[in-house]
Amino acid sequence: MDNLSVDHLIGIKDLQPSDIELIFKTADSFKQVINRPIKKVPSLRDITIANLFFENSTRTRLSFELAEKRLSADVINFSAASSSVKKGETLIDTVNNILAMKVDLVVMRHPNPGAAKFLSERVNARIVNAGDGTHEHPTQALLDAYSIREKHGGDFKGRKVVIVGDISHSRVALSNIYCLQKLGAEVMVCGPTTLIPKYIDKLGVKVEHNLRKALEWCDVANMLRIQLERQDIKYFPSLREYTMLYGLDKQLLNSLDKEITVMHPGPINRGVEISSDVADSDQSIILQQVENGVAVRMAIIYLLASKIGR
Amino acid sequence: MDKRTILNSKHVEITLRRLASQLKENHGDFENTVLIGLQPRGIHVLERLKNILETDLGKELTCGQLDITFYRDDFRRREQPLIPSVTNIDFIIEDKRVVLIDDVLYTGRSIRSGLDALLAFGRPKDVELMVLIDRLFERHLPIQPHYTGKQVNTLSSQVVKVEWEEQDGADEVILCTVDE
Repeated sequence: MDNLSVDHLIGIKDLQPSDIELIFKTADSFKQVINRPIKKVPSLRDITIANLFFENSTRTRLSFELAEKRLSADVINFSAASSSVKKGETLIDTVNNILAMKVDLVVMRHPNPGAAKFLSERVNARIVNAGDGTHEHPTQALLDAYSIREKHGGDFKGRKVVIVGDISHSRVALSNIYCLQKLGAEVMVCGPTTLIPKYIDKLGVKVEHNLRKALEWCDVANMLRIQLERQDIKYFPSLREYTMLYGLDKQLLNSLDKEITVMHPGPINRGVEISSDVADSDQSIILQQVENGVAVRMAIIYLLASKIGR
Repeated sequence: MDKRTILNSKHVEITLRRLASQLKENHGDFENTVLIGLQPRGIHVLERLKNILETDLGKELTCGQLDITFYRDDFRRREQPLIPSVTNIDFIIEDKRVVLIDDVLYTGRSIRSGLDALLAFGRPKDVELMVLIDRLFERHLPIQPHYTGKQVNTLSSQVVKVEWEEQDGADEVILCTVDE
């Protein structure tokens, strides 16, 4: 298949495995492009993209903006904090006003789950979900899987990945589970009982509450950030206790019989879910994830833009 | 579909040897020259020329493969997205003499894209164009080759196919007339 089966990227749940393979193959070429002296191609010079961030973001917004600019698209940025949303404007009105400026593609982050899907059904532009509440963060999952593929080779069959931390409040966790399973990997989640949804095993993932056991099982450990800003009540007694039970430090990493790959979607709470010496170690691919994020987002935007009629 | 052979395998061999000789005349020992084949079909011409020249000169030449997908001007004009091939240029082209190589020159749009793509790798000293087949009379852009294997007069309803032994079973250049 040489075309995406979807018109918008709302979630990994909607994608076929062949869509993911196509995105990876296209990202391979863009990774070459961004490592050249001139890191820009003219493919999207007649496309306008709006980055609508109704929720704070640094790296995802920068990564999207860089991806768009390297494809030569015109880019406009919007952040809710400094906009008319504060004056009571609805989402549809905000977006329609922006689309009236002849925008072809919208990248949106929103605090409410389903916001991207809601928008895709009501506006005439391609939508890329850059995170909708605790629901999905598809581009992060794709760049995570792409980084695993780069490190361990293309075959995900039998690959064991553990996602550690705040599964309940993480859109990265859900998208990662869908993505890795579609590619054939085995997935485990690990964290305190209070941060793991009750029926998560219905998704076909293993559940483990002991970090050491989880690490002994896996090839790759994806350490999630504790999302204190999303937690309405206290889910564990203290950060110190969380770190003692679920923090990955060099001593624990070195005590394993094998070498595992360490990932983190960022931003890192150094010394909480991951220690500095692990984050900066040879086993960590955190910075490769950031680099791959630009290439993967270029691929997604390129493939979706190719479906926009003239 | 009506088919006519333009070059058979013997003629392909002779033509490639002539092109190699012309390159040697202009580039001597190829000390400051790099050969770059355009993806997807130009790389077969490059591969054959490389073999001939390396045997004759007794040295390895600097060769690369250039994909032009992201530089094309027909993005979003097709039903399917343009899926890229591999680019493999692991050398510096700054101040080098570059020979761009493709199988068929037709409208000139691919070569225009190739020049754009090439300049993303630096500023070469000069760029020459070599094609195995030059289709006359349908050029959209002011682009002409420095080295031509064979010129052919064609109609826009016709297709020139270059087939290679390793891929298609025999070296052959065919002119096909597509039925209306």
